Amino acid sequence: MLEAILLTIITASTPLVIAAAGELVTERAGVLNLGVEGMMIMGAVCAFGAAHVTGYPVVGLVAGILGGALFSLLFGFLTLTLVANQVATGLALTLLGLGLSGQIGESFVGIPGVKLQPIVFPLLSDIPFVGPLLFRQDLTFYLSIALIIGVHWFLFKSRTGLKIRAIGDSHGSAHALGINVIRTRYLAVMFGGACAGLAGAQLSLVYTPQWVENMSAGRGWIALALVVFASWRPARVLAGGYIFGAVGILQLHAQAFGIGVPSQFLSMLPYAVTIVVLIIISHNRRTTLINTPACLGKPFVPDR
Amino acid sequence: MTDARSVEAGSLLSVRGLTKYFGSFAACNGIDLSIAPGEIHALLGENGAGKSTLVKMLFGVLQPNAGDIVWGGSSVSIGSPGEARALGIGMVFQHFSLFEALTVAENIALSLDPRIPLAKIAEEAASLSKAYGLPLDPNSHVADLSVGERQRIEIVRALLQNPKLIILDEPTSVLTPQEADRLFETLFKLKAEGRSVLYISHRLEEVQRICDRATVLRHGKVTGACDPKQETPASLARMMVGADVAAVHREEAPQLGDVLIEAKGLSVAARTPFAVALKNVSLTVRSGEVLAIAGVAGNGQGELFDALSGEYPVADDASVSIRGQAVGRTGINGRRLLGAGFVPEERHGHAAVSDMSLSDNLLLSRSRSDRKSFLSGGLLSVIRHDAIRETARRICGEMDVRKSGDDPNAASLSGGNLQKFIIGRELDRKPSVLIVNQPTWGVDAGAASRIRQALIDLARAGSAVIVISQDLDEIFEVATNIAVISEGKLSPSYPAGELSLERIGLLMGGIHDSTRHDQSAQAEAALAH
Amino acid sequence: MRIELERRGSASPLFSVISPILSLLLTLVFGAILFWLLGKGPLSALYSFFIDPLTEVWSLHELAIKAGPLILIAVGLSVAYRSNNWNIGAEGQFTLGAITGSILPVLVPSWHSPLVLPLMMVMGMLGGALFAAIPALLKTRFNTNEILTSLMLVYIAQLFLDWLVRGPWRDPKGFNFPRSLDFSSDAVLPPLLDSGRAHASIIFALLAAVLIWFMMRYMLKGFEVTVLGRSERAGRFAGFSSRRMVWFSLMLSGALAGLAGISEVSGSIGHLQPSISPGYGFTAIIVAFLGRLNPLGIIASGFVLALTYLGGEAAQLSIGISDKVTRVFQGLILFFVLSCDTLILYRVRIIFGAGKTLAEGKH
Repeated sequence: MLEAILLTIITASTPLVIAAAGELVTERAGVLNLGVEGMMIMGAVCAFGAAHVTGYPVVGLVAGILGGALFSLLFGFLTLTLVANQVATGLALTLLGLGLSGQIGESFVGIPGVKLQPIVFPLLSDIPFVGPLLFRQDLTFYLSIALIIGVHWFLFKSRTGLKIRAIGDSHGSAHALGINVIRTRYLAVMFGGACAGLAGAQLSLVYTPQWVENMSAGRGWIALALVVFASWRPARVLAGGYIFGAVGILQLHAQAFGIGVPSQFLSMLPYAVTIVVLIIISHNRRTTLINTPACLGKPFVPDR
Repeated sequence: MTDARSVEAGSLLSVRGLTKYFGSFAACNGIDLSIAPGEIHALLGENGAGKSTLVKMLFGVLQPNAGDIVWGGSSVSIGSPGEARALGIGMVFQHFSLFEALTVAENIALSLDPRIPLAKIAEEAASLSKAYGLPLDPNSHVADLSVGERQRIEIVRALLQNPKLIILDEPTSVLTPQEADRLFETLFKLKAEGRSVLYISHRLEEVQRICDRATVLRHGKVTGACDPKQETPASLARMMVGADVAAVHREEAPQLGDVLIEAKGLSVAARTPFAVALKNVSLTVRSGEVLAIAGVAGNGQGELFDALSGEYPVADDASVSIRGQAVGRTGINGRRLLGAGFVPEERHGHAAVSDMSLSDNLLLSRSRSDRKSFLSGGLLSVIRHDAIRETARRICGEMDVRKSGDDPNAASLSGGNLQKFIIGRELDRKPSVLIVNQPTWGVDAGAASRIRQALIDLARAGSAVIVISQDLDEIFEVATNIAVISEGKLSPSYPAGELSLERIGLLMGGIHDSTRHDQSAQAEAALAH
Repeated sequence: MRIELERRGSASPLFSVISPILSLLLTLVFGAILFWLLGKGPLSALYSFFIDPLTEVWSLHELAIKAGPLILIAVGLSVAYRSNNWNIGAEGQFTLGAITGSILPVLVPSWHSPLVLPLMMVMGMLGGALFAAIPALLKTRFNTNEILTSLMLVYIAQLFLDWLVRGPWRDPKGFNFPRSLDFSSDAVLPPLLDSGRAHASIIFALLAAVLIWFMMRYMLKGFEVTVLGRSERAGRFAGFSSRRMVWFSLMLSGALAGLAGISEVSGSIGHLQPSISPGYGFTAIIVAFLGRLNPLGIIASGFVLALTYLGGEAAQLSIGISDKVTRVFQGLILFFVLSCDTLILYRVRIIFGAGKTLAEGKH
């Protein structure tokens, strides 16, 4: 029983971790992309479609990543090249993504999906309890863990990561030193889009292998909250992602048990918890100020 | 003067007809310049003369529209700061290009070859900084460092690339006189090693002291090339400004009246992690007095302004009083109603909203104090746009604000003209107390002299004026009394005539005397000598 | 090829007018391409999407019914956005306004009085305002991001409504359908004209737009909104409180969204049910931007977006494409508006190839 619950928690947390890891890199570069929900749902529909057409879920995974990344380019073009307001453009991306995915996925409704199968590690997966949890998961779970480690290494150990942090801290200084702010930000935005797309692919290939309109159900927004919760640090994204995932799953189990609370109130829990977590993490203005990338959301026009 | 041709033949860098347009405005127009190996070359000019644009082109940050850059005998095009560094050009920016959230070593690493490991960079930076007398800890975060230390990072960063030419943009504007002396020693060391220095400044005595040659810019054009040691400050100033700048006049012994503004034991905790706490600040300013507060940037000037203006009221009501009334807990408009006026340091986004018209910006500071004339309709508070526009027009006339159009956006005015408007906006009310933070920062000489004269005239008419400034020349020009702020502590105030430059420098560096709360005249006089 | 921007000295008045029109034209062009991709004749499809609904009186009424809530909400949002407070939870405030406004007709259905309707409207506004006060409280007290909290509250409001109409407020005689009692005639906003269903919400909307326009243009309060939105620091210098502005702008936009909610329920639906809005609260964000955050502009853009709803429904019937196309259109409009707005503040130059540009040197 516990094992089954933990398994579903892992599956529910993985897309949050993946999407938040991507957004974290984008925000570290000083760009606030509120379109995670839109990129995620685009990833979900692209992944479902590609997997359905080819029959290979891995192709779907790749399509989800590409779909999210391409869709994020739209955001990049508006906010980086045309210096449009990042908040408004992020909202636009979400609204367009929800609409467009509904249109694209119209013919997918009701079709059984292709599920991404777990990768079973021989021997390791036979370890009681731990084995099935950690060594009999699908590719996206392993990717999510690799992503967290990779993003941490990239941001804090690599020179390109240093550049990204520098741009997020002061794009003016970075430009004066000869760092190509716009190009680097494009890449950071696309990385965020690719991750959101992968997270969406996980939804339509693993979590519920089918296409349902609006199936992201606010997870993109929760991923955004997760980045704030994590104070822009990758390891905390992992921890936070599992807390949020667990809340979502536990309320489902509570509904199944029928603990006397109306199901709607239990369904509110993930959203209410997000608010509570935001309160806890934001109420100390000083730490928020220290952690937030100083240029987050600010427009940048290089003088030439 | 040396023969121009012979210098140019062996020059390290020479520039011919360099031109840069921003839209239709020529920031640099056909600039010629040559720098010999091993010389300290001054680039003189007022704010807005095109100095920064010129050096940004030399460092590859901006691309020229026309003209040639010749480096070591061959024509080059410098497409990026990376290319400039590869040629052997290093740059120390005026507004530092540093990253507060990163460590010193990380800041330096960003402009070096990515293959060099961070640990090695830290090591080299530490040893280099020792060699040039610029102590630095590579692992500290920039946010925790003083302005002087930040400048050292920029210099060390430039030196690590072993440059043949190092460009410094207004380096002493943020330093104490003693820190400036130390910087000059470093520059002489560089010169002795055969490196060239392009030294940008508008401080004439500095240029005369350390530079071998000077090129003077005005309105984007070269107006003179000379040996500064052969010139007088007046002749240099004429080349820079084009005309004689009106000298500021003031009475030697002004009549002082009642205390109009006072702070007693004012302490304020730092509001943000990057702010400075005010510690037990006391000051009194009388009618007819200009109190100038000197200090290096980032020592609590902004915080002092916030507390005195009431933008951030303080808990202890009695710690600030205006015209005898305790106002510590009163907000800015309450203090304005008592007759106070305020001019913050930052013009754009603090003293004025850039993309709003001048008349809107007039209403910005006076919606409450001039409620009767600017608003109507009772509780609805309907704005009387025509009355406000009329007043804005009058202020522009009185302060000689040059603008395009009747009521343009604040953003379209030059720094000097916008500052004249912002000062005029307060003077127009005839405030009995005026507090100004950095009144002439980034302002051309003509506007600066006009603003300083206006501040002196206001005091002469019986108001109390506080001028917070980093510019020591300005301080000596306007002050009746001088106090120095350092790390959030304010020194006692001394009569301007009794304070030497050295003494101010020591106070700016944080060396306070033991009797700082003893304000008796004898003690002050004794200390000043 | 690259694109360079050069900031204008001041906003271009010409492009302020052209930008929304240009973005609509671009939307039409892309719409045509979209229809063509879907295998429909682009021109006839555009006709049945955008023109057909305007040719009959009853559908003009429907247009007003859809435009009413969009304009009401967008006018409130324009004040919030101008003050730099990003309320994106209008859908939730709409829902909560509908709930609190329905307290009287659902719980006291036997009370018949001309006071019922006005009280419902006031209670709807109150509900919306109080619901929007939650993100305001969280922002001022705990420094939380209002974008995320206001959005989370949308889900909570919708689930709350769902619980009400399936639980305590369910009509006992409603054959177990999840819906409340039908409102009595005292609690229903009557049609304005005999020719169709349009009710008072469009009047509320126009009135709100004109009042807010007056406030923003002529009153100190509007000046305060603009100053604080452009620069919080300059606002503080002026003696304005950004904290109070958070409360004011969020509660104002919440109140108008709440009014839209109860008007919709009282005028168009007649009872509460789990779903009472085709996403008005989110579409109003688009309306606000297409109207360039100007209340008078919002009146026009409200009708444009209302038309996309009707067009979607019409096109579904006449040419057999899904009404999901509506949301694509709406998303596209916002994208093009935001891109075209660049032209207002910047001169845009497209540069082919690398190197020095000729265009720059010519001046």
